[in-house]
Amino acid sequence: MSTIAGPPAQAGTDERLLRTSTLRGLLGRPELGSVVGAAAVFIFFSIVADSFLRASSLGTVLYAASTIGIMAAPVALLMIGGEFDLSAGVLVTSSALISSMFSYQMTANVWVGVLVSLLVTLAIGAFNGFMLTRTKLPSFIITLGTFLMLTGLNLGFTKLISDTVSTKTIADMEGFDSARRVFASQWTIGGVEFKVTILWWAALVAIATWILLRTRFGNWIFAVGGEAGAARAVGVPVIRTKIGLYLGVAFAAWVSGQHLLFSFDVVQSGEGVGNELIYIIAAVIGGCLITGGYGSAIGSAVGAFIFGMTSKGIVYAEWNPDWFKFFLGAMLLLATLLNAWVRKRAEATK
Amino acid sequence: MARVRTGVRAMGAVLAAVLGASLVGCSSTGGKRAEERAARAAAEGRSAVDTPRWTFAMVTHSGDGDTFWDIVQRGAEQAAVKDNIKFLYSHNDEAQQQAQLVQAAIDQKVDGLIVTLAKPDAMKDVVAKATRAGIPVITVNSGSAESKRFGALTHIGQDESIAGEAVGEELNARGRKKALCILHEQGNVGHEQRCAGAGKTFDGQMQNLYVEGTNMPDVQASIEAKLQADKDIDAVVTLGAPFADAAVKAKRTAGSKAEIDTFDLNAKVATALEDKTLGFAVDQQPYLQGYEAVDLLWLYRYNGNVLGGGRPVLTGPQIITSKDAAELAEYTKRGTR
Repeated sequence: MSTIAGPPAQAGTDERLLRTSTLRGLLGRPELGSVVGAAAVFIFFSIVADSFLRASSLGTVLYAASTIGIMAAPVALLMIGGEFDLSAGVLVTSSALISSMFSYQMTANVWVGVLVSLLVTLAIGAFNGFMLTRTKLPSFIITLGTFLMLTGLNLGFTKLISDTVSTKTIADMEGFDSARRVFASQWTIGGVEFKVTILWWAALVAIATWILLRTRFGNWIFAVGGEAGAARAVGVPVIRTKIGLYLGVAFAAWVSGQHLLFSFDVVQSGEGVGNELIYIIAAVIGGCLITGGYGSAIGSAVGAFIFGMTSKGIVYAEWNPDWFKFFLGAMLLLATLLNAWVRKRAEATK
Repeated sequence: MARVRTGVRAMGAVLAAVLGASLVGCSSTGGKRAEERAARAAAEGRSAVDTPRWTFAMVTHSGDGDTFWDIVQRGAEQAAVKDNIKFLYSHNDEAQQQAQLVQAAIDQKVDGLIVTLAKPDAMKDVVAKATRAGIPVITVNSGSAESKRFGALTHIGQDESIAGEAVGEELNARGRKKALCILHEQGNVGHEQRCAGAGKTFDGQMQNLYVEGTNMPDVQASIEAKLQADKDIDAVVTLGAPFADAAVKAKRTAGSKAEIDTFDLNAKVATALEDKTLGFAVDQQPYLQGYEAVDLLWLYRYNGNVLGGGRPVLTGPQIITSKDAAELAEYTKRGTR
């Protein structure tokens, strides 16, 4: 691509076929604002925290980012499609609980539990999408209901089956080691530990980006998020698209849930509440519009990375953790403002 | 434009009024100034030793804004000042996040680590990593069963079952017949042990009531409903200081004759003990958990000392009644009991 603007439009040619320069193309990307923000946060913590730049710290920051990023990618897609999922946080815990308790109670190979968990988690995602398209209620309400129900089910079932609030350990069962290798292993490069979740994260972001930019389904996502009525009128299968998006979130929740289970081999039933907002924040920092129709999967990864850097950077900087949430909120506002400003500039130069 | 100016003027007037009022209406007792006087009177924060400035990190499973953990932190901070220690504190109530925070402390190459093992399985790997990296670890508050297995030097805390049993015996001594145990965190194993322990030694009948601890009005309403439904209940045991107050209010509304007893202390509980609104409190001395953890790490670094002989060092239970409350009121006010 040349960095010089293409030839001026001939009269009668379609303006969408105009060739724009690389720089212009970059300026128009949804994630640009968040990349600038990420660089700023990185430089800031490099200056104020001595231990932030250590190689081992990078491994910790990337791990923290990946546990959010795995969920943020499908949540970003869902938000581009114009919907929310407030049940995403507890769904991760549900997925881990199902997997662990099924294996333990049936004394089955651990992989059986993992697959059953995948099916059940996808079913919950499908339930969200199905209820949404059937009832025409806003997804905020539908998934809020699912969120509360799952929170109760997590605790209720765990207590009913295990008699305590956490599951029993499955570390001594068949298949545990191979499952741990897939979901919760780590490898060391030059004395730095990298967790396998970083690979899962990269893969999910790559797939999400490919779907969004290179497939028909990706066009449908933008269409239903932008204007569902118009999309339906031109033949976009709105219902199928939205259910598909919820299935995507469920799949990522299953990956995160299995990671939780196999890294700690015991799951606490009360966890995951509140994380759904963190996934949404990561997507929004990454340039997703809360109203749908605009955003990117790469942006969600940058948002998750900013989140990981901030949450661990505050520790490395040895600040008082009481202020953590304040910084988080301030950062969210700044990042979103930056996004809006960059987008405006980009549109003005078109 | 004019409207903006009036707004500014109005704000200025309000500010001036507030400032004037605060200058005129001084209180000669209490308030911020008394607190500052007390702080000045206290020892200037200087260390009592000349050992190198080591860095100790403490990572707990506390949520945001928790009174109990505030006291633990204060104990640790004051020991750190005395022992010339740079003290870092971080906390998260999600197991995965807590493990990441411990990892961050290891990345910072701290000289000592203090962790709580409320979720032992989640902490197993990182604690092992710390001991492999040659960082001495001390566990506090929860995890007495796992502490040694994970390679920690010592565990400092209260055995929840023993504390519960002490409550049951105290209730017997007070001639109670039917007690209610209020659990404010569904799924907290330590809380279950407290109520189970109390039920074990209590000769009367013990019932458990689960309430939503993050929602105080709901706690009060639940206890109220229970006391209205069952007039025979003559003792209510709450598992945290803030909940004792809610139980007292509930008792008043329900017109019950039950005695309210509680685990843990705070300023309100101390005054309530003094005027006999509360029967007794069971303290596990959180200040001691923080203070001793830092101090024992210092002793280990300085002199290779380990306390406890491989067994947990217990900081509780200590039964506190109206007799002891007067003395403790002062300590609870400054936030160390």
